[in-house]
Amino acid sequence: MTTATFTPPQTLSKRVSPGTTVRNVLTLAWRNLVQIKHNPMELLDLSIQPIMFVLLFAYVFGPAMEGSVDAYLPVVIPGIIAQNALFAGMSTGFGLNTDITKGVFDRFRSLPISRSAPLAGRILADTAKQAWSMMILLAVGFAIGFRVETNVLALITAFVLLLTFAVLFSWTSVFIAMKVNEPEKVQIFGFVVIFPLSFLSTAFIKSTQGIPGWLAAVMDNSPVTHLVEAMRGLLVGGPVLNHALIALAWGVGISAVFAPLSLRAFKQRA
Amino acid sequence: MTYAIQADGLVKRFGDTEALAGVSLTAQAGTVLGVLGPNGAGKTTTTRILATLIEPTGGSARVGGFDVVKEAHKVRQLIGLTGQYAGVDEMLTGTENLILIGRLLGIPRRESRARAAELLERFQLTEAAERAAKTYSGGMRRRLDLAASLVGRPQILFLDEPTTGLDPRSRNGLWDIVRGLTDDGVTVLLTTQYLEEADQLADDIVVIDRGQVIAHGTSDTLKSQVGGQVLEVRPLQESDVAAASRIVGEMAGAEPEARDGMVSVPITDPQLMPAVVRRLDDAGVTVGELSLRKSSLDEVFFALTGHHTDDIEAEADALAGSTDLKASDKASDKEGASA
Repeated sequence: MTTATFTPPQTLSKRVSPGTTVRNVLTLAWRNLVQIKHNPMELLDLSIQPIMFVLLFAYVFGPAMEGSVDAYLPVVIPGIIAQNALFAGMSTGFGLNTDITKGVFDRFRSLPISRSAPLAGRILADTAKQAWSMMILLAVGFAIGFRVETNVLALITAFVLLLTFAVLFSWTSVFIAMKVNEPEKVQIFGFVVIFPLSFLSTAFIKSTQGIPGWLAAVMDNSPVTHLVEAMRGLLVGGPVLNHALIALAWGVGISAVFAPLSLRAFKQRA
Repeated sequence: MTYAIQADGLVKRFGDTEALAGVSLTAQAGTVLGVLGPNGAGKTTTTRILATLIEPTGGSARVGGFDVVKEAHKVRQLIGLTGQYAGVDEMLTGTENLILIGRLLGIPRRESRARAAELLERFQLTEAAERAAKTYSGGMRRRLDLAASLVGRPQILFLDEPTTGLDPRSRNGLWDIVRGLTDDGVTVLLTTQYLEEADQLADDIVVIDRGQVIAHGTSDTLKSQVGGQVLEVRPLQESDVAAASRIVGEMAGAEPEARDGMVSVPITDPQLMPAVVRRLDDAGVTVGELSLRKSSLDEVFFALTGHHTDDIEAEADALAGSTDLKASDKASDKEGASA
């Protein structure tokens, strides 16, 4: 055994540069998307549930709700797009919790990479998956008679609005991911919260008329209702700006609460 | 002199629980430091602080000469980490896992691919290179995890219980890899629950218990401190236990422990065994079972602390059982030689 003094190399960098941060985020987003190649079921998962929902809702509830499938499509397609975005947001927490429990997250954090890259990379990848789901939903809707009544710009705005809201809202699932010890619990929790949240809105109905006053009030003021109404406006026409702003304000509020809570929970569990 | 790893009075509290109560240790460049202790002793917490994953509540640590809190980014450029739970992405293939790390470290794509192939070859994973890591066996996952921590050619490597849960064959393979690393001048901090593992690999050993260092030194100094081996005698008649206990204790010069009809005592001189047999024979004690084996971690702890390791999991017990078996094989070899 030799006694040696440790001499570190002279070329160490002091901090992560912005360029490196962007590269780290893209690399980690790639990592989350390349998984699909090995697990094509995931893509199927991303596509099948939305397709099923569109078909079931349109053909089972359509005639009863609006008199015909065709009349119900402009109501239900934007609604399902919004609901699906909320459910898909849970996959951010699911993946994050998997990484933490499997030790992958620790490996990343022991590397000289941007501190925010593991989370940002995942959110970026999940945003791409969200866009994919929305495209599938629009395509299925189109196949059974749904038409975008507005213009390309409005359609693009609808995508941007949905993805922005989804990213802001996904902080709730990040928070749950930090609090539970198994990825499955993120899903269960998500289901229990998001199912009522999406139904207590105008996602599947034209208006809250006939619903008991207090419940209608809750539903009318739900962030999901505002998101759905804005999406309807952007896809088939109607008021947009107010709903979009209120939905985004909710999103900002939700992330302003849950982002710091998540960071605190992460520090506690580490 | 600059140590590769130096911790001074590390304290870590999680809420009301104190995981570390002032851990100090040093590792010289190019050596293996073994951190030995039972579950919950503070091994993982120490590793995580040194690997910049968590900040200490008190005390300080330098890795590669840099402060783990204030110069964490520099520390991260020098270290590799292999945790207790293999930190590989199960959905990705072996190759993709290593390329991912290479790309994160800023190694160009082509070079990352070459480095991945080289490491997979070295760890005998070439055949499984294009398979998703979830199809790997436990031993293969650990090897991939270790390969991942070596992509950036770290000068200091943290191995947190790298062999926990592995079968003896995989474990021996991993030991060979660790020995190979120190030949390349890498400094290794290895935590383990197994005395034998620390004995096999470490130049220096730090024993920690309940968040404190309770002993440190080379494997030999530790063994002389606690008795390297254990002599076990089981009298055929339960009624002879007291007599056997007295004789064994007298001859070993240490307090024996009688448990379930088995008398055990730490000894430093294996030559004692035939003499003990004669004395027991003279006293009319018929021996049902007699063995000489290496001290288990539990016994080291008992000798150092006066209490048993109370929370070693069943999994660890199962594995310790298999190392005991191996140790008693060796002991019986010695027995034959001394007879």
